[in-house]
Amino acid sequence: MPNMIAIWMPNFIMSYLGSTVTPGEAGSQFWALIYVLIIFAGVSVAVMSMNWLERKALAHFQIRLGPMRVGPHGLLQPIADALKLMLKEDIIPTEADQFVFWIAPLIGLLAAFTVYTVIPFGPSQAVSDMNIGILFMLGVSSLGVLGVVVAGWASNSHYPLIGALRSSAQMVSYEVAMGLAVVSAILMTSLNEKGTGTLSMIGIVRAQEQQGIWFIFKFFPLGLIAFIIFAIAMIAETNRAPFDMAEAESELTAGYHTEYSGLRWSLFMLAEYAAMIAVSSIAVTLWLGGWMRPFVRLLHGPSWDFIFSLFPGLTFLGLAAIAFVGVLRMPAHSFFKIQKIGLAAFGGLLGFIALMLLVIAIAGRSEDASIGSRLNESIGYIYWFLLKVAVFMYLFIWYRATWPRYRFDQLMRVGWKVLLPISLAVLIVTAIVGVLVA
Amino acid sequence: MNPAMNSALNSGLNSTAGMAPVAIPYFFYGLAALAVVSGFLVITRRNVVHSALALIVTLLSVAGLYLMLYAPFVAGVQIIVYAGGIMVLFLFVIMLVNIERSFKERRFNSMWPVALSAAGALFTLFVFAFAKGRALFPDRMMSLPESSNTQQIATMLYGDGGRIGPYTFAFEIASLLLLVAILGAVIMTKKKI
Repeated sequence: MPNMIAIWMPNFIMSYLGSTVTPGEAGSQFWALIYVLIIFAGVSVAVMSMNWLERKALAHFQIRLGPMRVGPHGLLQPIADALKLMLKEDIIPTEADQFVFWIAPLIGLLAAFTVYTVIPFGPSQAVSDMNIGILFMLGVSSLGVLGVVVAGWASNSHYPLIGALRSSAQMVSYEVAMGLAVVSAILMTSLNEKGTGTLSMIGIVRAQEQQGIWFIFKFFPLGLIAFIIFAIAMIAETNRAPFDMAEAESELTAGYHTEYSGLRWSLFMLAEYAAMIAVSSIAVTLWLGGWMRPFVRLLHGPSWDFIFSLFPGLTFLGLAAIAFVGVLRMPAHSFFKIQKIGLAAFGGLLGFIALMLLVIAIAGRSEDASIGSRLNESIGYIYWFLLKVAVFMYLFIWYRATWPRYRFDQLMRVGWKVLLPISLAVLIVTAIVGVLVA
Repeated sequence: MNPAMNSALNSGLNSTAGMAPVAIPYFFYGLAALAVVSGFLVITRRNVVHSALALIVTLLSVAGLYLMLYAPFVAGVQIIVYAGGIMVLFLFVIMLVNIERSFKERRFNSMWPVALSAAGALFTLFVFAFAKGRALFPDRMMSLPESSNTQQIATMLYGDGGRIGPYTFAFEIASLLLLVAILGAVIMTKKKI
């Protein structure tokens, strides 16, 4: 019995590495489950590191140090926070609607995590490729507002209710401009011989591959304007600064989650950050070429492919170098001994990952369909997709540090009187230009 | 090797034979039961927010039924328009209702007899339609190409290659109706045009 598994397991994994379709398309529930688990773990880790990065980056924007005590440069702070939140008392107000109060964070969390089924990290690196991919993503992420609204109502308190009202009005308004911007990008997918577009997330990236251009540069400046509208609307959709009216701490204490504490509160935070990653990946898929590496058309050929395939390894090498510089700059005092060892071990781990990635890049440089080159390709796809998403995540922090919060009437004016007409105009002009080109 | 592993091995990623949908009857009964139970909750809860939440569950389970009927586009639109758009507006209004006061108020519109007879009449109509018009219903499940569903809807609504589709005219009339409704809403809220 163990013998059989020993033979069968590697074969099974190898057969998967050679596949060119998503598990959903192949009807393989086993691999779909594995993908779901990987994505769930990955998103949770990403949210934790985003939490750390946000606190650090905001602190540096404001000339502070940020978390420094727990672990070297506060690296273990998210873990300490998570432990603290889990151990905290979970308070439900007596006057609250118990059941609705209990279910509200789960609605938000479910909506935020369900959309990950269709996010294409690569041509076969998605749980499933739905025919209605982008429609599904917009629909399910619009359910997230229900969690916010219901939480504000169930708390049976003034500030949460006002926060929930603001949030629902804001999300419903910005969804319109967002949807129109998305439609103008989908129109661009129909510029092929057949003249039919697609709503599937993988299909949208494939269309950009075929046309050899990211949609942000298509029909310049139409694609760019649509992208900018989406980039503004997605900040409003995720309730982030400068559009964080729903949780404006100077006006509403904490907005819709004022009455929440402990684990339930952390579920709201998890949902918010997961939703941020999800909308960023919509933007990356629609306008920034998804898993495509930059300059596919300008710098093509095997040698350029090889140079670009070195990037993942070099990134990790850079991170390892930063960790080692941190070790060298650590004060020479016995208090810092454990931190020093820990940071050195972390740097060593990053360096090891970098080495593995570089070995795969060099071993898998041939164009054949061997496992090594397939693996190399997959790493490239996932790396470029995640890098683009990471840029967006950094932008979210940057916006928060830079811009003051909008007033509510200003927010509504921008949504309905600026973004909506522009996105309608862009949609119409894109359609006309598309017909003229085709 | 246990059977689960075996089946996982057989449905390897490269096989295209695994396209058959999984566990159709169970999903149908589950979704239908969910829709009926939550639909019942919508009319029996005295707290309006609970009713609204139950209605959202009903709408979502109906979207699941559309998915099972190989109509993913309709399912997506159901979620985006009803569950995501209309229900949020519903909740927006309902949240401002004073629940405590509405509990104390006497119900003056108790219409159980009328509602029951109307529901009974509708049910009889369905039974008759199913019994008499058996030929109208397909005796097997249709297997439509799910991968081009949206494109086929587009062809029906907008036409294909210069030809007008069968529903183009009706579709445009419907959009005109919506435009009139939007204009009406604007005129009603504006004091001075």
